[in-house]
Amino acid sequence: MSGFLEIRGLSARLAGTGQRLLRSVDISLPAGCVRGLVGESGAGKSMIGKAVLGVLPKAVEIIEGEILLDGQDLQKVSPAERRRLIGAKAALIPQDPLTALNPSRRIGPQITDRLVDILGWTKARATTRALEVLAEVSIPEPERIMRLYPHELSGGMRQRILIASAFAAEPKLIVADEPTTALDVTVQKQILKLISELQARHGTALLFVTHDLGVVSKVCDTLSVLYAGKVVEDTTVERFFAAPQHGYSSALLAATPRHTDPSSSLKPVPHEVLETVAAEIAASDAAWRPNGGARG
Amino acid sequence: MMLLRQTVSRLVTTLITLFGVAVIVFVVIRVVPGNPIAMMLPPGASEADIERLKTLYGLDKSIFEQFIIWFSNVLHGDFGTSISTRQPVLSLVLDRLPATLELSIMALVMAVAIGGTLAVLGTRFRGRKTEAGIDVANGIGLSIPDFLWGLALILLFGVLWPVFQISGRVSPRLELPFTSQFYLFESLLRLRFDIMADLLSHMFMPALALALPLAAIISQLLKLSLKETVNLDYSVLARTKGYSETKVILSEALPNSILPTLTLVGVQFTFLIGGTVIIERLFSYEGLGNMAIDAVINRDLPLIQGIVILFAILFTFVNLAVDMTYAFLNPKLRHA
Repeated sequence: MSGFLEIRGLSARLAGTGQRLLRSVDISLPAGCVRGLVGESGAGKSMIGKAVLGVLPKAVEIIEGEILLDGQDLQKVSPAERRRLIGAKAALIPQDPLTALNPSRRIGPQITDRLVDILGWTKARATTRALEVLAEVSIPEPERIMRLYPHELSGGMRQRILIASAFAAEPKLIVADEPTTALDVTVQKQILKLISELQARHGTALLFVTHDLGVVSKVCDTLSVLYAGKVVEDTTVERFFAAPQHGYSSALLAATPRHTDPSSSLKPVPHEVLETVAAEIAASDAAWRPNGGARG
Repeated sequence: MMLLRQTVSRLVTTLITLFGVAVIVFVVIRVVPGNPIAMMLPPGASEADIERLKTLYGLDKSIFEQFIIWFSNVLHGDFGTSISTRQPVLSLVLDRLPATLELSIMALVMAVAIGGTLAVLGTRFRGRKTEAGIDVANGIGLSIPDFLWGLALILLFGVLWPVFQISGRVSPRLELPFTSQFYLFESLLRLRFDIMADLLSHMFMPALALALPLAAIISQLLKLSLKETVNLDYSVLARTKGYSETKVILSEALPNSILPTLTLVGVQFTFLIGGTVIIERLFSYEGLGNMAIDAVINRDLPLIQGIVILFAILFTFVNLAVDMTYAFLNPKLRHA
């Protein structure tokens, strides 16, 4: 079965040093499903989200592989066409609501701009739609809020607005890049619930980037565990929490702090496990041939 | 209430500043060698003649007494009479002010247009040859002072490829139907484009000479700020919405990058107005600066005082205007 988002053999590296950042990543996300991308900092989970949305930093270059969005290979179309495709079919829920809204623009235009400029809606229709989605994320007095500037709102409110903005154009895919990390613990729960509800109601495919396995268990259907830019395990949430297949996955799961036993100390991922993963990656790097051809 | 108190305190500071400027100028031009009487009388004039003129202009009294007399007159709106032209200082100065204002504002507009365009281009093509070229241009613009640019422009557009007027403000043969001294502004209002073209042709080189160093500063600062802003989260978010790089720079990054640049441009603009003194001389442009140099040569004490006070008032207004623009552009200050 082919998903709405298909990533096949995606490899990327740092342009200057040639350091590999993604190693033949395969990810399949059917329409309406939720996939978690988990891993430590620097494992490449955000990098995959950025690659899907076409906003990789200039220093990162894709060496090979394809990213298919609704069957269209983003690597094979012109940059302008790629932007239009992504703008129409995908959206981002960013990590930090405090920096993701433009401080010198009012809230309203920051929601309606994509609808008007990229999708060609009329201003009136876009405004109606913005009011609709703001109500859907439980923003009180949406008319008034649309006239405010970001600094006049709290972090939780701003994240709601960003979520509303992401859903406004009814995208088929949303990339949520650690959407609760920057928020208070009390707000985190509400936001998580909100994203989950909206995703289910709109039937949006959701790529959920997080380092929090607790979040994964609540929101996702499937997940990919990443280490050093490589998918070490691709499984369903039930199977993962019941019996993780890969040693690194089990160690990661064991390292998750539990509220049920506050006295237990935090367990780091054991050194032997990391050595095993590193050896696996070294082996697959040695066997890897860019573009299927011989190296050198 | 807050605004009122700020305005009042600002006004008081301004008045104290202006008083300080008046005292310093008054004393300095009387302490330096040379006096206006010597410039007015033919060589070999008798001691009695000199004393008579000194008494006539009040120069026989002590500096302190002279200042009291001058200052009380100023408070009544009387800036005295020019020694060299025997006309009231106030009307002389106000007659020339529009010429200098038009030149300075034209220079500012040119600097913002050139600097802004280069900054946006440099950001759009960052890390490429275009940006390197712009950096070199900025370096050249910054390291050559305005009067040298003036000479270079005269060579280029006056001698090698004579397309612009080198000297004066307007061609003497033209009949000017104007009621004010704001020739450029009035020619636009009256739709006299023939006169406007002549004015612009005269103004082009001095304005460009004043504008180039400021354009380089604007370009450099704004580019630095833009390059930071285009990597911020809201710019990245705009890219995921489908906006092109140029659109991201212009509508997301630019409004936020103007603020840090604006403060410095305000300060630099006062330097630019100061630069008009030499540039107006270089291009025989009939403005305040040119008049200031004549006044100094003739030791025309009342006129020098009048011009310096007017420049001081002008600088204060520029600073005030910058602060107000800053508050207007920054939503956080606007609502506070």
